[in-house]
Amino acid sequence: MEQKTPLYDVHVAEGGKIVPFAGYLLPVQYGTGVIKEHMAVRQQAGLFDVSHMGEILFTGPTALDTLNHLLTNDYTNMPLNKVRYGVMCTPDGGTIDDLVVYKFGEESYLVVVNAANREKDFTHMAQNLLPGTKAEDISDSVAQLALQGPNSPAILKKLLPEEQIPKGYYTALPDVDLQGIRCMISRTGYTGELGYEIYTANENAPKLWQLLRKAGEEFGLIPCGLGARDTLRLEAAMPLYGHEMDETISPLEAGLDFGVKLNKKEFIGRDALVSAGTPKRVRVGLAVTGRGIVREHQEVYLGQEKIGLTTSGTHCPFLDKAVAMALIDPAHAAEGTALEVNVRGRRVPVEIVPLPFYKRP
Amino acid sequence: MPNIPANLKYSKSHEWILEEDEVFTIGLTDYAQSALGDIVFINLPEEGDEVSAGESFADVESVKAVSDVFSPVTGIVSAVNEALLDDPAQINEAPYDAWLIKVSQVSNTEELLDSDGYEAVVAAEEA
Repeated sequence: MEQKTPLYDVHVAEGGKIVPFAGYLLPVQYGTGVIKEHMAVRQQAGLFDVSHMGEILFTGPTALDTLNHLLTNDYTNMPLNKVRYGVMCTPDGGTIDDLVVYKFGEESYLVVVNAANREKDFTHMAQNLLPGTKAEDISDSVAQLALQGPNSPAILKKLLPEEQIPKGYYTALPDVDLQGIRCMISRTGYTGELGYEIYTANENAPKLWQLLRKAGEEFGLIPCGLGARDTLRLEAAMPLYGHEMDETISPLEAGLDFGVKLNKKEFIGRDALVSAGTPKRVRVGLAVTGRGIVREHQEVYLGQEKIGLTTSGTHCPFLDKAVAMALIDPAHAAEGTALEVNVRGRRVPVEIVPLPFYKRP
Repeated sequence: MPNIPANLKYSKSHEWILEEDEVFTIGLTDYAQSALGDIVFINLPEEGDEVSAGESFADVESVKAVSDVFSPVTGIVSAVNEALLDDPAQINEAPYDAWLIKVSQVSNTEELLDSDGYEAVVAAEEA
């Protein structure tokens, strides 16, 4: 049985088409449709309910050491109110999940994980805590709204004094009073666009949604669903768990080197990643040069040789073209290489292109 | 409730059919286009191809997913709406104008529904 987020009734009233996703009932789109929602985020602003995301609080004198043991990135010397990406690996170097870490105190960190992985993540974390760290899954009491798009700062400025809006990318303000609503505001997102993620207690979520909707009216803000969330992240070439990475794919194969610090003295999975050496497959971007749309888990060919599999693919509304990401043999991963993808029995020509497909101007 | 014109016939798999002078024009219903979402690609057969009742003759892709389109009749494709290849969004905008193919020499037909019968199918799926 799927859970409802605190905004379920709001989505129904807004005309959302509700689908089950990662154990929650969430809108896949609203009446305007995925393309208009996608374009609103690229050109004006969009509002998403991402309350399904998991939030786990790490506290205690060894919280930092526990995070450095559990995760691939290095959280030492991280400034307060900073956000840092990371990956959690199996001892074999496979990817359990990707996540972000917020530092709110020397002994206080918030880790945000994918909804579908929340239970297995928490189990793995709880089994690997160092003495002196407490981990608490607070997901069920926390709502999260994502305000994304170039008009997002103007919308927040209508509701907040400037100093209550985080300025730097991947920074956050933990205790903001937004018109009487206590929330945490973070300059992060999953769209490739300037934007914010706003966390608050469940009971505040409907009021926060309405405040943002009203403030956003004059800035072209519309509600956006899971469909646009996926096309936006794919256009920006952001990896998605279960697609570009899973427990059989290492973060190095997925191209997440920037979040994997092999020079850190220890973390779960480090030895396996080091001994695996240069990855046997690499993540590449594909632009469809023929007719058709490439989807996930389709075979990639160089002539008759199968050299890999696609991990995600769609038609990107802003670029107005079909693209895909794939994990392929690094020997054939040079930009400009002409390949083919088996799309339900039909060979569709593609070409390797640089990632990301879309970069914010 | 989606638009279901009374002058057309329908299949349970959400195609509409217009029969005129033994030529069957086939398209996707308003309910189908709405369920698919924004359509961004369509693959159509070519003139002269044979289509079979109950079998897929085209696929449409929305930003969300790919779906097969089933032929309600067996026969020979006598015309293809090639304008859809470049602008498949016409199906979302005007599903009853944006026909996909015309079929002649029809030798077999699935059980076709009238608008009331199709409305019942849609109501059952929406419930």
